[in-house]
Amino acid sequence: MNASNSIGIVSAKRAQFDTPLVFRSGAVLPRYELVYETYGKLNADKSNAILICHALSGHHHVAGYYADEPGNIGWWDNMVGPGKPINTDKFFVIGLNNLGGCHGSTGPSSIDPATGQPYGANFPVITVEDWVASQARLADLLGIRQFAAVIGGSLGGMQALQWSLTFPERVRHVLAIAAAPHLTAQNIAFNDVARSAILSDPDFHGGNFYRHNVVPTRGLRLARMLGHITYLSDDVMADKFGRELRDGKFNYSYNIEFEIESYLRYQGDKFAAYFDANTYLLMTKALDYFDPAHDFGGDLNQAFASAKADFLVISFTTDWRFSPARAREIVRPLLHNRRSVSYAEITSTHGHDSFLMENPHYFDVVRAYLDNVAREASA
Amino acid sequence: MTQDDIARLAAERPDFAAIAAWIPKGASVLDLGCGDGSLLRYLKETRAVRGYGVEINDLDIVSCIANGVNVIQNDLESGLSDFEDGSFDFVILSQTLQATRHTEALIREMLRVGREGIVSFPNFGYWRNRFRVLLGNMPVSSDLPYQWYDTPNVHLCTLHDFESFCRDKRVTVLGRRVMTGEREAGLLPNLLGSTAVYRFRRGI
Repeated sequence: MNASNSIGIVSAKRAQFDTPLVFRSGAVLPRYELVYETYGKLNADKSNAILICHALSGHHHVAGYYADEPGNIGWWDNMVGPGKPINTDKFFVIGLNNLGGCHGSTGPSSIDPATGQPYGANFPVITVEDWVASQARLADLLGIRQFAAVIGGSLGGMQALQWSLTFPERVRHVLAIAAAPHLTAQNIAFNDVARSAILSDPDFHGGNFYRHNVVPTRGLRLARMLGHITYLSDDVMADKFGRELRDGKFNYSYNIEFEIESYLRYQGDKFAAYFDANTYLLMTKALDYFDPAHDFGGDLNQAFASAKADFLVISFTTDWRFSPARAREIVRPLLHNRRSVSYAEITSTHGHDSFLMENPHYFDVVRAYLDNVAREASA
Repeated sequence: MTQDDIARLAAERPDFAAIAAWIPKGASVLDLGCGDGSLLRYLKETRAVRGYGVEINDLDIVSCIANGVNVIQNDLESGLSDFEDGSFDFVILSQTLQATRHTEALIREMLRVGREGIVSFPNFGYWRNRFRVLLGNMPVSSDLPYQWYDTPNVHLCTLHDFESFCRDKRVTVLGRRVMTGEREAGLLPNLLGSTAVYRFRRGI
């Protein structure tokens, strides 16, 4: 991690919203809070704001570090900072924790004021559209009428796309990275297995495990292990772990023998120690439901007809979760609708995780694009 | 792009001006193998076109984006499946024809996606090229800057070759410009012209 050009010490802020939010499902959340961070300065005409949308396990801490936790560096610190591709010398950058999350924004583990208990299973099932609606209220609060860009990777990329559809006038540029216009049956199948692991954990208690003072750790761990397999490429796994054995020999047992097993379990344990099981369920459902073409008889061309933004679509060669072919499914309806769009396919060995990795060419693409956006914002 | 930049580009790439002369203001243009996006930038500045480029090279993708040109990273040889039938007024293949492997298929794709096609290519029949071959060597020049062993050019042709290809494949040539440097080659173009630019559409 390059700390030399970090944004430095940052702190989280909290916004309270007292106007009820009606979800796509029809459910209503009377009030909610969003936790967010901002980096850089909002210019006088408020035209240089960038919203960063996070993926499944992300949050509002995008860049920099906390005064009391110097080791807690933002998840996209390599991309966001002074002089970095998302340049905080030029842009006012906002990161938030999505509604339903478990990093401070109102979510299933928050106390429901109506009952004095955590929402648990009562927290509404959320969609990408609902997130965008809640994010727009944060933009209102900050006085931002139109974003210079909305940027996200994976599930974050889907939110960025949705912004251009829900609020065509409120976003000038969309950067959709390692994303797809909807999940395939295979994607949904992986999510379903992950959810089944959580739902079948006896400690899950139908989502109300908080009141039993337990956490469905086993389910969450399995879900994360499975997810992690889909984030990495076959190449990177072979390269990092191959068939390496921890003891250098077969033990003929069911204990951890191969290094890949050790790695996956470590990742699973780490994740299960801090992530909320209900949030995981919500995030995967939001992924499953995302499909802008759904309301247009499956016609993505029609779905994107309302978009007014310019687009940069980026994919990674070894990403098999949202492969380059899937990214081009986003590009085609944009071409059909004669939107300004550029598409870059980045050679990378890191699979779906590539969007989080430092890669000179990837960063050059983002930097070149946003430098032009910055010129336009200051013009 | 300043007026100076436009003048410099026009001097460096005489085929740019020839191509621009055929393109009406505000046309939609797809530039295949668009490199760093110079031609599209030039056409945007001089003809206000709405354009996209297709390019495979990573560095060129960054240059196009920096140039403010829309670019889709893709291999031309795998076809133009991202583009719909008749979705462009012009599909341009500038100084790339000779380096394409599936040349006939690509010309067909150009005429599927575009109303008209425009190609420019180095004329292998240019007397200097012929002379080099006559002396016993493959030609190397500013138009053909490669050695025989590192050239990407696998389908070099002459004006005559291209025109008979068009006749055979029912492609109607609508216009031709032949130049040597910035000068128009009027007389004996297949001998005296170093660069050819053709405008064509599907034959009936």
